[in-house]
Amino acid sequence: MEKLLIEFYLDSRSGVSPYQQLVQQVRQALRLGLLRVGDQLPTVKDVVAGLAINPNTVLKAYRELEHEGLVAARPGVGTFVTATLAGASLAAHGPLRADLRRWLEKARRAGLDDESIEALFMTTFRTASQEEIA
Amino acid sequence: MTSVLQAQELGKKYGKRWALRECTVDIPAGHVVGLVGPNGAGKTTLLKLAAGQLEPTAGAITVLGGRPAGGPAQLAKVGFVAQDTPVYSGLTVAEHLRLGTRLNPRWDAGLARERIARLGLPSGHRAGKLSGGQRAQLALTLGLAKRPELLILDEPVASLDPLARREFLQGLMEATVEHEFSVVLSSHLVADLERVCDFLIVLVDSRVQVAGEVDRLLSTHHRLTGPRRDPARLPAGQQVISARHTDRQSTFVIRTDAPIHDPAWTVTRLDLEDLVLAYMDRYVADDRRPVLEVRR
Repeated sequence: MEKLLIEFYLDSRSGVSPYQQLVQQVRQALRLGLLRVGDQLPTVKDVVAGLAINPNTVLKAYRELEHEGLVAARPGVGTFVTATLAGASLAAHGPLRADLRRWLEKARRAGLDDESIEALFMTTFRTASQEEIA
Repeated sequence: MTSVLQAQELGKKYGKRWALRECTVDIPAGHVVGLVGPNGAGKTTLLKLAAGQLEPTAGAITVLGGRPAGGPAQLAKVGFVAQDTPVYSGLTVAEHLRLGTRLNPRWDAGLARERIARLGLPSGHRAGKLSGGQRAQLALTLGLAKRPELLILDEPVASLDPLARREFLQGLMEATVEHEFSVVLSSHLVADLERVCDFLIVLVDSRVQVAGEVDRLLSTHHRLTGPRRDPARLPAGQQVISARHTDRQSTFVIRTDAPIHDPAWTVTRLDLEDLVLAYMDRYVADDRRPVLEVRR
């Protein structure tokens, strides 16, 4: 049996659909370099047995990842990583995190509590991504 | 796509009371179907009609293209695990498996033995001495080893503790990957069904309220919150499932295929539990409000 490289989890309160959560977790593992080209994703049976979820949920997630060109299914063998998301973007994480920390300190000094910070971030984030789309 | 279960105007009457009425559904093959509704809504009646343990009073039902319990071939194709996963308390685990071999033409002895070993069920123990979770797993093993094309389970996890519940559903889901069969299971707890089902039937007050693929149901139902408005003034394509009003505010759950453009509304998505509750909300006007337990 192949070694399990990543293990999925589900947050039932996140409001994100289970299949989307699986997709995000694979992308995150690719970004962090936990999964590399050639690695095998957990089999549908493993995921289903681990999380007690419907097999179609896993198939749908893997199909989406395949559609994005990140993985490829080899019939009868499994699903394998074919591309990576790590690299250039990972190197930028450090400076961006430092910027964000400085911003957080400013927000606290201005008297914002956790909830207000989160709300401010999320509304700004959403407005910005909507403007990008439009 | 072939159907596992088709019902047309199906009804069942006990004495003067309709336990199920005007039930028309078509369930495509290859799904794990959740049948959800409050206690007494008619879930067990529908499942027993599908298994052929009850005869319809009205309408017709076809299961895997045949009449329920219409002959040995039909009986071999459909597995039925009744409410609270019953087993014979006086028989040992091994005796249950021998009984399965004798009674089922398609019995998969290897699957049964392997599953019992993996679960660590002591084969010499009488079923009456097993824990609730172990008894449920034994009943599931019997249902799976029959190698049915459709496995029907009536409230299989209702009496189990959270760990046993999870283990039971894990075993069931794993088996659907290995052996490709359809499943219909009922529960009065939406949370039990949320992860495992990809097709949902909501049954309230002896009637089917809504049925369809979970993804489709979730993408066509929305919660609208905004200034108070008369539901009659909503666009024609928006079917109101539930409506609540304060003096100033209205909250609707609507079903629509079209996007919602009205800027007056804050639109939020529903999870499966919200969706089921919205359909049950329709009956709040009556004084007999059904009770759905919501547990996580």
